[in-house]
Amino acid sequence: MNGSAASSRSASAILTLPRRLAAFRTEGFPLIPIAILMTVMLVALFANVIAPHNPEVGVLGDRFRPPAWQASGTIDHLLGTDHLGRDVLSRLIFGARISVIVGLTVVIVAGCLGTALGIISGYLGRWVDQIIMRITDAWLALPVLTFAIFLAAIVGPSVSNIIVILAAVYWTRYARITRGEVLSVRERDFVRLAVVAGCSKWTIMRRHILPNVINSAIVLATLQLGQAIIAEATLSFLGVGVPPPQPAWGLMLADGKKGLMAGYWWLTVLPGSCIMLMVLSANLLGDWLRVKFDPQLRQL
Amino acid sequence: MTGPLLDIRHLSTHYVSARGTRVTRAVDDVSLVLDQGQTLGIVGESGSGKTTLALTLLRLLPPAARIVSGEILFEGADLLKKSDGEMRRIRGKRIAMILQDPMASLNPLFTVGDQVAEPIRVHEGASRRNAWSRALELLKAVRIAAPETRVREYPHQLSGGMRQRIVGAIAISCEPRVLIADEPTTSLDLTIQAQYLKLLRDLQRDHNLALIFITHNLGIVAKMCDQVAVMYAGRLVEAGPVKQIYNAPAHPYTQALLESIPRVGDSRKRLTAIDGQPPDPSAPPPGCAFHPRCPKIMDRCRSEAPPEFRVADAQTSRCWLSAPATR
Amino acid sequence: MKKYIVKRLGLALISLLLLSITIFLLMRITGDPAVLLAEPGASAADLDAIRQQFGLDRPLWTQYVSFLTHLLRGDFGQSFYYRTDVFELYLSRLPASLLLASAAMAFSLLVGIPTGIIAAVRVNQWWDSGGKIFALLGLSMPSFWVGLLMILFFSVYLGWLPSSGSGTVFHLVMPAISLGWLFAAVHMRLTRSSMLDVLGSEYVKLARLKGLPEALVISKHAFKNALIPVLTLAGINLVIMVNVAVVVETVFAWPGVGRLLYEGIAFRDFPVVQATVLLGGVMIVVVNLLVDILYAVIDPRIRYEG
Repeated sequence: MNGSAASSRSASAILTLPRRLAAFRTEGFPLIPIAILMTVMLVALFANVIAPHNPEVGVLGDRFRPPAWQASGTIDHLLGTDHLGRDVLSRLIFGARISVIVGLTVVIVAGCLGTALGIISGYLGRWVDQIIMRITDAWLALPVLTFAIFLAAIVGPSVSNIIVILAAVYWTRYARITRGEVLSVRERDFVRLAVVAGCSKWTIMRRHILPNVINSAIVLATLQLGQAIIAEATLSFLGVGVPPPQPAWGLMLADGKKGLMAGYWWLTVLPGSCIMLMVLSANLLGDWLRVKFDPQLRQL
Repeated sequence: MTGPLLDIRHLSTHYVSARGTRVTRAVDDVSLVLDQGQTLGIVGESGSGKTTLALTLLRLLPPAARIVSGEILFEGADLLKKSDGEMRRIRGKRIAMILQDPMASLNPLFTVGDQVAEPIRVHEGASRRNAWSRALELLKAVRIAAPETRVREYPHQLSGGMRQRIVGAIAISCEPRVLIADEPTTSLDLTIQAQYLKLLRDLQRDHNLALIFITHNLGIVAKMCDQVAVMYAGRLVEAGPVKQIYNAPAHPYTQALLESIPRVGDSRKRLTAIDGQPPDPSAPPPGCAFHPRCPKIMDRCRSEAPPEFRVADAQTSRCWLSAPATR
Repeated sequence: MKKYIVKRLGLALISLLLLSITIFLLMRITGDPAVLLAEPGASAADLDAIRQQFGLDRPLWTQYVSFLTHLLRGDFGQSFYYRTDVFELYLSRLPASLLLASAAMAFSLLVGIPTGIIAAVRVNQWWDSGGKIFALLGLSMPSFWVGLLMILFFSVYLGWLPSSGSGTVFHLVMPAISLGWLFAAVHMRLTRSSMLDVLGSEYVKLARLKGLPEALVISKHAFKNALIPVLTLAGINLVIMVNVAVVVETVFAWPGVGRLLYEGIAFRDFPVVQATVLLGGVMIVVVNLLVDILYAVIDPRIRYEG
């Protein structure tokens, strides 16, 4: 997605303010999303302990076996098998590992890079700001997905390449938003005091500015976690992401397409549901954090 | 019809927070009377409840607000008992209002003529053509030069003063009985301010309007109004004829306000001369809300809120100093 | 106004320049460009010929200049797979993409705007929650998965709609919905917040003060104003749709530029991949520029900002 949401005019508060307060009340603590995210992380961490089978090796005799509760299903393959006879449950469990690793790393790398550039750009200003922001703008104008596909196509598929590619695509939003906040924080008294006290530019940026802009970066990171996971699944689905036979959810969907017309629903429904649950949880958590940290961060 | 045109009795409007835990008494037990052709000034610092009072009269409050008690008798009938449809036919037709910000009051996407003609078409069912020719007359009435071209222009093509005149034209378009003007001149510069006030006065005289003039500027009240009501923290602390109150203010707050009027001309000056801050409307101090800033504070003021005392014929004051025993 | 347009134009040109530099450098940094530019399975002699042809032994900046001049002439090279000019190939696929994007846009606006308005007008009631769930799902489901689920349900189980290909309206339904849902969610959220802003504005207050019926207040005074940012975004999103349709076009075998990109990757047809990405970027930059200019025409305040 491109971030160019049109600027909306701020209106007089008399009618909107109480409504916004009312909206706040219904957005309670996102217990279920956090529980789901924690579960996925635990599953990812202990994948090799929980998974009943090797996710990459199948028995061809057991191809396209449906989940256990259907007629020809077996208890041995609780959620059925795929076109190579591999256990779907085990692949889902190991797939969580890839989604978690890719999602978190992308968001952390992009967040650090973007926030750092945003702080430097906003605090140093002048030509540094000009250069960084021009690059950010040009980068923001690129079609994210197509560009990621292009990068993936020239560097070849691997988990680490995906992380680098997605981080390279996603850092711009952090830079944009952080810079905007730095511009206002820079004028505050404690920063001026630090300048007068003779702190170096780097110390000021690290000790005084960073703590004041980190909240927005965290909110953005949470909201972007879901996008990164979807992007990874998309690249894997297209065959330029995680290379087979690794068990990524997007890759499973690509494989599942082979059994789609035959009605082997579990190969399509199950991996997609995992993606949706995780992304949905991340989005709900992000929405909550956004309201919690600062209701004015509506443009994120 | 007997009795005054508008008779407000013990009106209270509260804001209730989403969880229902915080109640702000924006308008608290306000009683006022207004006769045809009269001008009433409502004075107070921002946050004192002036605008909420005006919006309560029109029943156009934000969702969090509740009218908790009182009556608003307009031409003898209680507005609070009217249905939404009846109320809608009163707004703009019988009671009109001019908002604070002329720059923002006009819709940027429609022509001036369309917006002036709109209430005429809605309330009187006039044809498009008739409504437009009425709109043209109204623009003349508010002294807009070259109304034939202006009527087809969009708001951004006009100056602030012209836009405010157009808002005035909209307000009088259906010949209302009552016109409420909520700080209509704060965003205009001085010469235009004076012209606009003159225009309002002329319109009032020509149409025999009852005018409610909301402002924080006592200088304007002295020039414009017959009656004045001073609000503080949602309550009417003093009310009465302008001359009487200016000569002999009973309430210490009114006294302080009058002392803070700049002597010559500069009517733009805000009421900042009184020490201390106005109270947080959701947590007013106990007793008389003004006591923390009052120069004549007595022990009683800290614990007991004063009722309304009659000082002179038509003058009331909510201050223990005005209580019969101490006078 | 003139100054503003010139400034925007300059920024757009810088964006395009940076885009071409990025693509150019990435090809050279990440490996041997000759391998990318040669057909898969080319011999060492072929690779040398390619190096000669593109001057890969010359300094980087001369290479870039010739790269850029080729692009400006509309010369994006030859497709290895289709054996035709890449630019022509792209143009031949574009109508199908635009058709799909338009259908998806129509769906997203038809769903997003009414639900957004309803959600804003009846804040926090049943409609609002329904709209929120719809939007959250749209933002949380990969579009290609929505497509796969629909194929499973409407083609495999019910047999109502064709699972792939193009030609009839029925072929268009499922791709348009799977591509449009995410955007419907985005448009709904923007409509809702824009509508809330407008409903709090002074001119809406004045419209109510005039005694207009609430339906007229919303349909005349609020609706038009609230729609401006939504339609602006929709203009940009139409182009973005063309570019993110890769997956949906792949799922439904829809013959657009997204499918072309996928084929380019699958057949290691590098000139096709490069052209699709470059042209996609150009389209987005150009549309962003047009929207900025259009905004200045509509909104007088921007004109004076310079």
